[in-house]
Amino acid sequence: MSAFNAIGEEREIDRDEFTPGVEPQPTWCPGCGDFGVLKSLKQALPEIGKTPEEVLTVTGIGCSGKLNSYLDTYGFHTIHGRSLPVARAAKLANTDLEVIAAGGDGDGYGIGGNHFIHSARENHDMTYIVFNNEIFGLTKGQTSPTSPKGHKSKTQPSGSAKTPIRPLSQSLTAGASYIARTAAVNPNQAKEIIKEAIEHDGFAHIDFLTQCPTWNKDARQYVPYVDVQESDDYDFDVTNREEAAEMMRETEDVLNEGTVLTGRYYVDEDRPSYQAEKQAVGEMPDQPLAERYFDDDVEWERSYDLLERHT
Amino acid sequence: MSSDELIWRIAGGSGDGIDSTSQNFAKALMRSGLDVFTHRHYPSRIRGGHTYVEIRAADREVQSRGDGYNFLLALGDSFARNPQEEAYYGNEEIKPLSENLDDLREGGIIVYDEGLVSEEDVEAINLEERAEANDWHVFPMDLRSLARDHGREVMRNTAGVGVTAALLEMDLEHIEDLMSDAMGGDILESNLEILHEAYDIVTEEYDFEHDLRVPEGSHETEQALLSGSNAIAYGAIDAGCRFIAGYPMTPWTDVFTILSQNFPDMGGVSEQVEDEIAAAALAVGASHAGVKAMSGSSGGGFALMSEPLGLAEMTETPLVLIEAMRAGPSTGMPTKPEQADLEHVLYTSQGDSQRVVFAPGNIEEAYEQTRLAFEIAWDYQIPAIIIYDQKLSGENTNVDVEFFDREPKPDLGSTLTEDELREAAHDNSGKFKRFNHEDAENGVSPRSLPGQKGGRYLATGNEHSPVGHISEDPDNRVAQMDRRLDKLESIRRELDEERESTQTYFGDETAEYGIITWGSSQGAVEEAIERLNENGHSVKGLSVSDMMPFPEQEVTEFLESVDEAMVVEMNATAQFRGLLQKELGRFGEKLTSLLKYNGNPFEPAEIVEGYEVNLADEDREPTAQVRIEPAAGD
Ligand SMILES: Cc1ncc(C[n+]2csc(CCOP(=O)(O)OP(=O)(O)O)c2C)c(N)n1
Ligand code: SF4
Repeated sequence: MSAFNAIGEEREIDRDEFTPGVEPQPTWCPGCGDFGVLKSLKQALPEIGKTPEEVLTVTGIGCSGKLNSYLDTYGFHTIHGRSLPVARAAKLANTDLEVIAAGGDGDGYGIGGNHFIHSARENHDMTYIVFNNEIFGLTKGQTSPTSPKGHKSKTQPSGSAKTPIRPLSQSLTAGASYIARTAAVNPNQAKEIIKEAIEHDGFAHIDFLTQCPTWNKDARQYVPYVDVQESDDYDFDVTNREEAAEMMRETEDVLNEGTVLTGRYYVDEDRPSYQAEKQAVGEMPDQPLAERYFDDDVEWERSYDLLERHT
Repeated sequence: MSSDELIWRIAGGSGDGIDSTSQNFAKALMRSGLDVFTHRHYPSRIRGGHTYVEIRAADREVQSRGDGYNFLLALGDSFARNPQEEAYYGNEEIKPLSENLDDLREGGIIVYDEGLVSEEDVEAINLEERAEANDWHVFPMDLRSLARDHGREVMRNTAGVGVTAALLEMDLEHIEDLMSDAMGGDILESNLEILHEAYDIVTEEYDFEHDLRVPEGSHETEQALLSGSNAIAYGAIDAGCRFIAGYPMTPWTDVFTILSQNFPDMGGVSEQVEDEIAAAALAVGASHAGVKAMSGSSGGGFALMSEPLGLAEMTETPLVLIEAMRAGPSTGMPTKPEQADLEHVLYTSQGDSQRVVFAPGNIEEAYEQTRLAFEIAWDYQIPAIIIYDQKLSGENTNVDVEFFDREPKPDLGSTLTEDELREAAHDNSGKFKRFNHEDAENGVSPRSLPGQKGGRYLATGNEHSPVGHISEDPDNRVAQMDRRLDKLESIRRELDEERESTQTYFGDETAEYGIITWGSSQGAVEEAIERLNENGHSVKGLSVSDMMPFPEQEVTEFLESVDEAMVVEMNATAQFRGLLQKELGRFGEKLTSLLKYNGNPFEPAEIVEGYEVNLADEDREPTAQVRIEPAAGD
């Protein structure tokens, strides 16, 4: 008997299961792009056949970090910038869980930038959604790592002197094996991309463009956008690193100049996930670690057996 | 000088095999029936630089390095492998010989490598005169050539061991056995040849007058030679820990490596990650998902863990963290012990922080308290920290093997099974009331694990309602806060009423004077108290292990029973004395501090001297590198 009966349960999943009861109602501002992410997730999750109990959503801090307060799965709302290390370990501890980490651009590319690089490098089998609104929302509109150069805010009153970070290119360089960009204003594409990312076996990074009408009024709200997979103008092979890199560069160049390109940028189905690599070298058991604690047949080794080398 | 104990110091350059040689020699002494205690002194560099290891061996329990030593094996020039003009020890030469003479006891033995030290060098340090004045027995031996003739130059430490054994009239059997275990083939052959050759040269060609011999002893049960780091790692294994995440930092690295090396065979997972924030956050994540997990670091790295530590407290995620202290602030002295992170560990992280902190005083306690830390952390859903230092981490002592023969304890504490979850409280939307404060016992509300049926909830570092929704409702805040606070009180009650005390007492209950200490200073205090009482004083000791929750009752009783007490600790600001006064709210006029913070641990003689100075009421400081901080009002 499994200790985690919700995992692998085969049944029709009702969409409403991912919505909590009456409370809490989202505290996001009207028109906030975060609603779009929530909605796309609620649409995607039942379609991949996961019950709310086998999904663990791990978030950081920020308006974005409240995602799992409004999504009824197992959830862990952590601290600013630290969703990835918590999420990674939960997956290592119980490989049967579907782990989705999420947070803002300040959270994920700023304070958590180091974790982002290393989680992508290691190619952990999980999904990472970054709500990219080019701003710090919750702390009231300061410049974030994705804010365009020259962006004025209360902390950079003369306009930011910094060139924005290039999350897609960085993700590729770091080693993520699935990289996409989508936008809250494009829910159909977003849903499809989320589904793919979750089903992908490896680190799937989605840079999710979310408008913040409250603090980023000047920014275009990512309309109109162009879907690179749908458009004949952008023909490239998503499994080819160089072509993907070239496309990412283009997107990141034009993002602040009028055209917003979204879609899948890189998909590497061949690279084994970190878990698989770790199991292959014998550094991780095949059985989910957490299950061992409930399995009466497991023989727990004692340190006593190690003492021989000390006698 | 008598042969009731041998304190053998092997000195040389780091990278010269001092460590492995001393490990084997210590084991050989243990196998011959003696109790042993090793002390390692090394600079923060990889090759070259002066380093030594001391092995104290006696036919009785040995809990400290002792005072000074009586046998020096000086292996050569510390900088032979990495010459530097202005290196760590200035530009003096022939370090292993010159640097080590101060602490050599009267009547002691010196063996030095003639092959590496010239006559002029020896003259420069007046060795002959000093030897005469101190009744030292000096044996210059060309260990280098001896090693080179039968093998390779680096094997000169084997030659040194052979000479040692001959001079102490010690049987070679155990040394040979250990060599055969560690190596094979030509290397073993050469080493054995060198060992015997050295032994024979001394026995056949030298007349010696010294009295020092290997003490005779025997053990009734099988012994194991273990370091504090081994003990903590094994405690974790037996507690059912199977996940560790870390980032290397001396001296925490030892525990991290021991577990990383053993976990693959035990179905565990070890992760070396990008930094210490990540390390502790990973431990939180793994624990949240249902695995007994730990992380740890030393001062600077632990500072980074402050954030995830608070997260674990607020989300009530069980967790064990290890803090291996070294001298600070900042990077401080990476290879030197200090007990100066106590306040850091007790109070780091924002808010009214609650955690359990144990400070083991020796190897057995390190094992026991690590197990206890896991048990309490999982029962009460609270982080537990083991704080110890570079000294305890690296010193090896023998422990009765049977002491460790315990059952593994993979019990997840207050975690519900799915059957139990079905019966538990849920809200209208079907969410599990994971943080229920209504009928929580001892502050604990049982938890579920992701993937369990019927256990859905949100864990958040924000203040939250029973199902985990972010909440700033004042009534909920107070109820949740009070419930969490209740845990520490309940833990204290359990420790006082249901478990054996983790505090350690020495001396006669009726003694008038008390010495109180914590952590790795325990051994030196114990020995100092023995010595004081042998000399007619009336002293008893208490070594406190529970830093949080504090054993108020026990410590109060101890302090009330003495006229005066001296607090012994390795830091400059009397942090533990501060804790005593904060927790007990009095005794300021009774407590004097004896502090040491020069990078070296206390020796018993320094504590004896501190006692004398304090009681003499004279306006003088002790002569050693220690400081007396008088009682309030003195
Ligand atoms: C260690 C730490 N530093 C700062 C903060 C304050 N803080 C909360 S949210 C936030 C920025 C969030 O920005 P972003 O990640 O872009 O998310 P958004 O609110 O825009 O969704 C900051 C700086 C914090 N909670 N913790
Ligand atoms: S501040 Fe911006 S990001 Fe935050 S909820 Fe309002 S609109 Fe959304």
